[in-house]
Amino acid sequence: MATEEKNYIEINPRRCKGCAACVVACPNDCIEVGSEINQMGYQFARFAVNKCIACGMCFYTCPEFGAITVYKKSRKGA
Amino acid sequence: MLAGVKPSCFFMENKEMHTIKHQKARSLYPTFERKAPGAEVSHYCPGCGHGTVHNLIAEAIDDLGIQDRVVFCSPVGCSVFAYYYFDVGNIQCAHGRAPAVASAIRRTHDDAIVISYQGDGDLAGIGMSQIVHAANRGENITVFFINNAIYGMTGGQMAPTTILNQKTVTTPSGRHAANEGFPIGISEIINSLHAPVFVERVSLATAPKVMKARMAIRKALRNQVDKKGFSLVEILSPCPVNWKMTAVESRRWLEENLEPVFPVGNLRDLAKGPFDRVDRKKAGRVSDRKILEILGVDEKEVHTSSIHLKEEQNVKIAGFGGQGVLSTGILLANCAIAEGLQTTWLPSYGAEMRGGTANASVNISHEAIGSPIVSFPNVLMAMNLPSLDAFEDTVRPGGCILVNSSMVPRQVRRTDVAAYHIPATDMANNIGSPQIANVILLTVYALVSGAITLETLQKVIPLSIKRKNLVNINMKAIEAGIAWLEENRK
Ligand SMILES: Cc1ncc(C[n+]2csc(CCOP(=O)(O)OP(=O)(O)O)c2C)c(N)n1
Ligand code: SF4
Ligand code: SF4
Ligand code: SF4
Repeated sequence: MATEEKNYIEINPRRCKGCAACVVACPNDCIEVGSEINQMGYQFARFAVNKCIACGMCFYTCPEFGAITVYKKSRKGA
Repeated sequence: MLAGVKPSCFFMENKEMHTIKHQKARSLYPTFERKAPGAEVSHYCPGCGHGTVHNLIAEAIDDLGIQDRVVFCSPVGCSVFAYYYFDVGNIQCAHGRAPAVASAIRRTHDDAIVISYQGDGDLAGIGMSQIVHAANRGENITVFFINNAIYGMTGGQMAPTTILNQKTVTTPSGRHAANEGFPIGISEIINSLHAPVFVERVSLATAPKVMKARMAIRKALRNQVDKKGFSLVEILSPCPVNWKMTAVESRRWLEENLEPVFPVGNLRDLAKGPFDRVDRKKAGRVSDRKILEILGVDEKEVHTSSIHLKEEQNVKIAGFGGQGVLSTGILLANCAIAEGLQTTWLPSYGAEMRGGTANASVNISHEAIGSPIVSFPNVLMAMNLPSLDAFEDTVRPGGCILVNSSMVPRQVRRTDVAAYHIPATDMANNIGSPQIANVILLTVYALVSGAITLETLQKVIPLSIKRKNLVNINMKAIEAGIAWLEENRK
């Protein structure tokens, strides 16, 4: 999903509980809860729509630790 | 790369083209080892606000560069296990008492950054008195108050902050003022006091509000770093499980129902100006001499240590449950106190009840001791074989191992430590009770280390055993230990 020219987030499926707080938090509707199930039995969230502005709203809203990492395209690479 | 040709990004590694903008704070452990499954996730319910607040606090700790100074006082409530996550100093406090514990740390540790993290049952229920008095004294601490309007951990009973008509397990038809009184505004109560410098109520209902909470949390911690005084942040936080909603619904409910009762915003920010709410320079210090005078103690009676430790003693005493290893640790620590030394005692019960191993860690030092944990002892007292097997390799080179050879059918393998193989249980049985085997070991330890004197051991034993008819037999154990060492010391 992540392409080199855009910002993106990574959701670690093992650390996600599928609460969807990040889904609501994202201003650009980038995140959805998928149908796959992780090792704890949770339907985890995934980065689905590549319109990320690296605002960090999902990151700060998420109640889990290290579930979301936000990557910003570096100026050099843009 | 050809001049004038734009480098094609698509052949390059993703990560080189990107910088990480937000990632897990360093002040949180990488994984969370505990008995329950899921070392990578929190123990909180999906969508619980506690985790969000933990992340915000951890980020602020990272950014302020205070990780090695923080003492995190966790409450009783769902966040009782905060120490699973925060890689800082941690103390788990009795229900509602975190502000009292935090005050004590504040008064004794100038450099500590002290956090009291509390739920509404903890802070506004059982601990109302503690928080009000800590705030009123203007203790330079930071309080994070998680208001989820319910008792989460115990299954959803009414809290002092439960709003009118809110259904809980104990208010099945809703809270009614005539029965249970009105919801209590903690921020307003704290704001009615003179001393606090910063009081703000924030909400986790939406992402922009979370960002405001983030700023308030940073500010409340910075105030403490700058020695400004007491700061409290009240955080309206979802408890989806006990509110019986999804995580998303709970955030909406919070915004529509809690926020009107508990308006968010800053109530007080006095940290900016040259404001001195509590003039600490005027604090009267009572000298040690004065304290002795008040207690009616003659200065000559005060014992100053005549012991000179070659090095700090980090002692591990291990054996079967029932062999008295924990009480031996207490006895040693009490002797160290009687010698005027600093000491700590930390029991580890293990599977003691089922005859497994138990161990006690004792530190003895001339200096204040930072941590009671002994991972690499310089003294090991092994009362049985599993204990020697478990701890032999952890002993530091140059240390010493005392083995109860009646119970251990092998020699110490290490050659870089002093080893004493003492048939302590056999000797104890000869005297009349297997229970005194550890006193024999302790006697040998006292003699070879010089960390405590035999006079002290003889004085402290009668004070620490309940059945006075056993005093005599313990004194014989000391004599047996002395005799053994005389015979075997070559
Ligand atoms: C002295 C004492 N009384 C009562 C309890 C039972 N108890 C455990 S947690 C709790 C309330 C927790 O609610 P809150 O502080 O709101 O925290 P939350 O779990 O909602 O985060 C109570 C009453 C206890 N553990 N100790
Ligand atoms: S907020 Fe965190 S835990 Fe919840 S769905 Fe998103 S990534 Fe998963
Ligand atoms: S960083 Fe912002 S835009 Fe990107 S996914 Fe998260 S909330 Fe959406
Ligand atoms: S019971 Fe409530 S406060 Fe406790 S972990 Fe679950 S959601 Fe959080």
